[in-house]
Amino acid sequence: MTSTTSPLPAQQPSFSRSSLRLNSSLARNRWNQFFTVVAAVFAVMAVLPLVLVLGYVLVKGGTLLSIRLLTELPPPPGLDGGGIGNAIIGTIVVTLVASLIAIPVGVGGGIYLAEYSRSGWFAQFVRFGTNVLSGVPSIICGVFIYGLIVSTRLFFGQSYSAMAGGVALSVLMLPTVIKTTDEALKLVPQELRWGAIGIGASRFVTITRITLPAAFTPIATGVVLGIARAAGETAPLIFTALFSPFWAEGLFNPIATMSVLIFNFAIMPYEAQIALAWAASFVLVVMILAANLFARWLARFARA
Amino acid sequence: MTTSMPSSSHAHAASSEFCMELENVGISYGSNEAVRGVYMQIPHGKVTAFIGPSGCGKSTVLRALNRMNDLIEGCTLKGRVIFDGQDLYAPQVDPVEVRRRIGMVFQKPNPFPKSIYENIAFGARINGYRGDMDELVERSLRKAAIWDETKDKLKESGYALSGGQQQRLCIARAIAIEPEVILMDEPCSALDPISTLKIEEMMHELKKSYTIVIVTHNMQQAVRVSDMTGFFNVTPKADGDGKVGCLEEFAATETIFNAPTQQATQDYVSGRFG
Repeated sequence: MTSTTSPLPAQQPSFSRSSLRLNSSLARNRWNQFFTVVAAVFAVMAVLPLVLVLGYVLVKGGTLLSIRLLTELPPPPGLDGGGIGNAIIGTIVVTLVASLIAIPVGVGGGIYLAEYSRSGWFAQFVRFGTNVLSGVPSIICGVFIYGLIVSTRLFFGQSYSAMAGGVALSVLMLPTVIKTTDEALKLVPQELRWGAIGIGASRFVTITRITLPAAFTPIATGVVLGIARAAGETAPLIFTALFSPFWAEGLFNPIATMSVLIFNFAIMPYEAQIALAWAASFVLVVMILAANLFARWLARFARA
Repeated sequence: MTTSMPSSSHAHAASSEFCMELENVGISYGSNEAVRGVYMQIPHGKVTAFIGPSGCGKSTVLRALNRMNDLIEGCTLKGRVIFDGQDLYAPQVDPVEVRRRIGMVFQKPNPFPKSIYENIAFGARINGYRGDMDELVERSLRKAAIWDETKDKLKESGYALSGGQQQRLCIARAIAIEPEVILMDEPCSALDPISTLKIEEMMHELKKSYTIVIVTHNMQQAVRVSDMTGFFNVTPKADGDGKVGCLEEFAATETIFNAPTQQATQDYVSGRFG
C-alpha cells in the first residue's frame, strides 16, 4: 500500500524486451533440446534389455514350441527330442507349496501390522525386518534352507525335496506379501472400520468381512507378483529342490523346475539340451509375463 | 474453569427417567486433556443436541457414549458413563455389546462396499438376527425414509447412491440392529440442504422409538430437531496453559436458545462468538 505504483516507469527497464518468436539459437533453447535428446536416449537404453531379452528368447525358444515339448521328459544326454513336461509340473508344484506357506503367513502378518499392532516397537521391528528380508539375495535364502532342512534331513530323512524348494521360495515371497497386505489394509478408509464397529461388529468380523474384502484386489495383485517373482528364481532351488530328469515323485523327493533345467541344460555340450533350455526359457518368460498381466488385470478392479 | 452444574440438576434421579448419565466425565488423548468435568443426563426418547465451537470436545464426548474412543490410541476416560444401570467403562463390560445397543452414524457417509441390501443385512446377521431378512431390510429402509428410492435397486452397490442417500442408508444400517440409542456425529455436514431436511424429518420420526444424540455445527439444525441442547465450550485451563473443553450449559433447547443462564452460551447462540 505504501509503495508507489506508477503506470509509467521513470527509470530504464531492468530487463531487455525481445521478440516473442522462438529463437532456437539461444543457449537455453539449445540446452533444452540437448537434454531432451539425452533423456530420450537413456529411456530407450532402459527398455532395450527387456525388448532384446524377450525378442531373443522368443526367436531362440519360440520355434521349438510344440505339444511334445510341454508333455515329454527331457532326453538322456546325447539323444534328440523330448520335452520339459516334468520341469513345468515341478515349477508349478514348488510355487504352489511356496504360495501355500507364504500367503497365509504373509497375509496374516500384514493383518497384524495394519489392524492389530499399534505401531509399537514390535511392529516397527517386523516392518524393518520385512524390508531387510526383501533385500536378502535369493542365493542366501537357498543356503539358509539348505542348512535348515536339506542337510539336516528334516522331512522324513529326505535331503533335497520339492518341499524344501517350496519353503525356500516362500521365504522370498514373504516380504512382498506382508508389505502389500500391510499397505493395502492401510488404504482402506478408517470410516469403513468405524462403520462396522459402530453397528456392533467385533474386530475379527470387521477385518474378515469388511476390511479384507475391501483390500482384496491390491492384496491379490501383490500376491500374484510375489508368485511371479518366486517362479523364476533359480539360486534357492539349486540347493533345495535340486533337479530330476524324471516325473515328479511326490513332495519329498528332488523335483525338476524350469529355472534349474535352464541352468543345467544351457551349459551342456549337447544341441538337444541347449535347445530345450531355450524352449524352457521361453515358456518361463511367457508364464511370468502372463502372471504380471493377470496382476495388472486384477489391479483394474481396484480403480473400478 | 470446570463447568457449572447443569441448570436442571436432579442429583441421582430415578435412573428410569434418563437414558444415559454422564458423571464427571473427562477424556484425554495421551497427556492432552480434551474435555473435563462433564455432567449430563440424556433423557429417553428425545433428541439431544451437542453444539459448540470446534475443538470443544463435543464429538469426543459423543464417541465416548458407545466406546468408539477405544479405537483411538491413547484415549482415556475418567468418570462414569451410565447406561441401563451400568457403567459402560466398567472392566467387565464388553464394548462390542455396548455398540450393539448404542449405534452410531458418522460425519461422512460410510456405506460398506456391498449391495444396498447387504449393507443393512450385514449388521443384523452378525448380531444373530433370526427373522425375515427381506422384511427387516424393508422396514429399516422405510424408517430411514429411503425405501422408495432404493426398492428397485437393492442389489446395486451402496456407492451407487448419492451422498445424502448414502447417509440415510447408513442410518438405516444403524436402525436395522434395533439399538436403543443412536449417536449421530454431524450427520448432515457433508450433505446438501434438501438431504439435510430429509434426515431432520426422519429424526422426528425416529425419536418415537429411539433416543438420539446428535452433534451439530448448525445451530438452526439444533433448534429444529432437538429437545435438549448441551453447549460445549473451550476454556483456558485453570492450572496452566492450554485449553480444555467443557460442558458450559445443558438445558431444554428453548432455554439454551432463548434464555441461557451463561453469558458464553448467549454469545455463541446469538452469533457473537465462535
